[in-house]
Amino acid sequence: MHLTLHIWRQQNATSAGGFETYRVDDVLPEMSFLEMLDVLNERLTREGREPVAFDHDCREGICGMCSLVINGAPHGPDRATTTCQLHMRRFHDGETIYIEPFRATAFPVLKDLVVDRSAFDRILAAGGFITARTGSPPDANSVPVPKVDADLAMDAAACIGCGACVAACKNAAAMLFVGAKVSHLALLPQGKPERRRRALQMVQQMDAEGFGGCTNERECEAACPKGISVANIARLNREYLWASLADPE
Amino acid sequence: MSTPTASATNSRLDAKCPSGPLAERWDKHRFELKLINPANKRKFHVLVVGTGLAGASAASTLADLGYQVSAFCIQDSARRAHSIAAQGGINAAKNYQNDGDSVRRLFYDTIKGGDFRARESNVYRLAQVSGNIIDQCTALGVPFAREYGGLLANRSFGGAQVSRTFYARGQTGQQLLLGAYSALMRQVGSGRVKMFPRHEMLDLVLVEGVARGIVTRDLVSGEIESFAGDAVLLCTGGYGNVFYLSTNAQNCNVTAAWRAHLRGAYFANPCFTQIHPTCIPVSGDHQSKLTLMSESLRNDGRVWVPKAQGDQRPPGQIPEAERDYYLERRYPSFGNLAPRDIASRAAKERCDAGFGVGAGGRAVFLDFGDAIQRDGVEAIRARYGNLFEMYERITAEDPYQQPMRISPAVHYTMGGLWVDYNLESTVPGLFVLGEANFSDHGANRLGASALMQGLADGYFIIPYTLGGHLAGRKLPKVDSSRAEFREAVEAARERTRRWLSIRGKRSVRSFHRELGLTMWDHCGMARTRDGLLAGLAKVTALKDEFHRDLCVQGTSEGLNQSLEHAGRVADFFELGELMIRDALQREESCGGHFREEHQTKDGEARRDDANFCYVAAWERDSAGTGWQMHREALNFENVQLATRSYA
Ligand SMILES: Cc1cc2nc3c(=O)[nH]c(=O)nc-3n(C[C@H](O)[C@H](O)[C@H](O)COP(=O)(O)OP(=O)(O)OC[C@H]3O[C@@H](n4cnc5c(N)ncnc54)[C@H](O)[C@@H]3O)c2cc1C
Ligand code: FES
Repeated sequence: MHLTLHIWRQQNATSAGGFETYRVDDVLPEMSFLEMLDVLNERLTREGREPVAFDHDCREGICGMCSLVINGAPHGPDRATTTCQLHMRRFHDGETIYIEPFRATAFPVLKDLVVDRSAFDRILAAGGFITARTGSPPDANSVPVPKVDADLAMDAAACIGCGACVAACKNAAAMLFVGAKVSHLALLPQGKPERRRRALQMVQQMDAEGFGGCTNERECEAACPKGISVANIARLNREYLWASLADPE
Repeated sequence: MSTPTASATNSRLDAKCPSGPLAERWDKHRFELKLINPANKRKFHVLVVGTGLAGASAASTLADLGYQVSAFCIQDSARRAHSIAAQGGINAAKNYQNDGDSVRRLFYDTIKGGDFRARESNVYRLAQVSGNIIDQCTALGVPFAREYGGLLANRSFGGAQVSRTFYARGQTGQQLLLGAYSALMRQVGSGRVKMFPRHEMLDLVLVEGVARGIVTRDLVSGEIESFAGDAVLLCTGGYGNVFYLSTNAQNCNVTAAWRAHLRGAYFANPCFTQIHPTCIPVSGDHQSKLTLMSESLRNDGRVWVPKAQGDQRPPGQIPEAERDYYLERRYPSFGNLAPRDIASRAAKERCDAGFGVGAGGRAVFLDFGDAIQRDGVEAIRARYGNLFEMYERITAEDPYQQPMRISPAVHYTMGGLWVDYNLESTVPGLFVLGEANFSDHGANRLGASALMQGLADGYFIIPYTLGGHLAGRKLPKVDSSRAEFREAVEAARERTRRWLSIRGKRSVRSFHRELGLTMWDHCGMARTRDGLLAGLAKVTALKDEFHRDLCVQGTSEGLNQSLEHAGRVADFFELGELMIRDALQREESCGGHFREEHQTKDGEARRDDANFCYVAAWERDSAGTGWQMHREALNFENVQLATRSYA
């Protein structure tokens, strides 16, 4: 396969960026999208040009490190698929592909296709946890958890924190990410004692980081590589409302 | 080549294992360890490198105890450490199934699974704390699989006949790590942990022989700086990527451990690597990683190859009578759940003999046909849905309709920095946790035991043993303005500049790929003396070429991924050489280390307990050109050394 790539290049966080065009030949259908970029980078290196920087690690769809907006879609055209799991058989010979970084005020570009998603860490540090000192917990089976609750919690906990939801949203809202974490913990009996504080503090930090508000477009759900449902946003709204009514702060 | 010189057990290799009855040792040891008064804890600064299961659990627990902690990782967030990728599960001797499990059985299975090349005291302690891990993780909100009554579910895993593996769908590592990471973020929020993501450790700093700091490169700004502390914990994972293709994440590396090794930490059993039997086969030269298909699949999948050599028919057209279920045939009592080293070698044996399937005949079938017929598609989907999807995405084949094609791939490294019972290396003040140390798995790790070990080290062992170091040694105040720090920073800058200044013609990736292939061919699943010697010559020659002809674009200021990769591959070259030397000296077959010269007539590994019942701990010689090997004898007082049989 032969492809034409328009790739966003940007030297660092403060410089201006722009698209550059590259042709790649010898692309095989069984290559992953990132392996196709490896091929390009090998060639650029041989030609004395700087390779394209992009984030990646596990290359199997679980670490959340890879990103990229491919032809306008975060993680590319396939549903429930991360960029590293996308394969070139999805594209056809002669196709032109636009590759950009995730775009959001809260995710500044660091270089080329690499962005800074540390805002997510700060939201979790504000309240996305259960306080359980090592050594104090009771036997794991002393608190039975109904299977339906455990399964729902697991559905929400499957979030890989990649930020595609933010990149897909026209308001750059982080509601799906925060909703997933709040739901995961609120659904489990172990997470109940800190429910109120968690919802309030995570939302407060989310706002402070400059993420936008949710206007129910559901673009986040469509872009999520793990199929996290917008039902989690509804649960977040309920948790938040309940917490703000009950807590005068 | 210089032959390894073996010295008698040297004094730095004191494992410090407590004496007395096995079951009482950890208790006794904890009582004897010095305590630090709570008010004094905050005066100590602990540097934790790595935030996988081992690092995140250690950093969060130590901070909760009151220590000041700084934690470092390569990824943009602590949550993305390679532990996130573990699929299948975590073992614990809870005996919730009432099926005959016990601490003693988990201990025995682990010792036997490791082919009797691990320390009894360490492994027993691991089994003892395994239950607490499940309690801790559950309390942190890990959504383990449950039964309808609300109690925890279990599955079986290779190398065991009881059901002791806890799991969270096919994402157990992710959920355990998110639990440990959330505990870590709580401490970050409260200011007791300072987190440094996108920071790579490039060197260890010793002051008066004690580990007192690290040198790091900020991967975004390119700045090389140093940090001082009272103890250094390396939780930097395994070195499987020396083989280039492995199931490990792209950023997994040996650099932190290797730099510590060059500063005096002994490297133990480097040749003990694990080849996992069930991975998706290589599809071409572009391949950058291999994807694991969890071992849990072998609970329901049956492994087979055609009985006729070179049979090219699609699997569906090969009748039952013409299939060879070779694991069930050779190992009737464990069948498809034979341990990994054994299952991988059995696959290789069939493929080498010409019975393999798929491109180049390098794969075997993993067939769910019977399970689907027995339990229905929905039951199988509920158990393995995400794995089946992953397989289909990569291969474009539907495993509900036709068997998977699988083949062995590098997966885990049992070797690592040598540590004593306190998890302390031969450099005082340097502790090593998780996959980065060599401690508990001997020559082969059982499935679902790495997660257990990482969390045992971080949650339940280091919080006690660190006190022994901090309370027991005089630790004068040091800061990073000292000469030792400035010199280490300068040396790291110099090394980084060197990769940019060679200006040769070959990319880092091309060197890494060739090194990996050489290691796989010569120091992989089956090893011979001649093959190892030839491999050593190739690795050394390629290393020379690397230093002559490497080409890295860009600069050292700012983000430069090729530059990062170059430093890691440079260390892999040296490690590769040591792995081969270690494989050469170990004239026996045990666990993942199979020397073709040492096998029974049925092709099973032949251990040599009279001569090789030891840990090989390698010390870099002072000239920096070779190594000296030391032996830590392994004494078995509680188990009988037996031929490991799964027949
Ligand atoms: C695909 C796959 C599936 C697996 N499934 C299972 C399973 O089901 N059950 C099981 O028990 N085990 C499993 N394992 C093994 C297990 O996941 C690992 O052994 C374990 O998670 C390692 O944890 P760790 O904390 O030691 O290291 P890692 O999780 O590898 O963490 C290493 C950390 O060190 C950091 N780091 C590394 N080098 C540096 C440096 N130079 N400077 C700064 N930071 C550095 C990294 O950024 C990272 O934070 C699996 C492994 C793989 C590859
Ligand atoms: S690289 Fe890990 S999810 Fe894509």
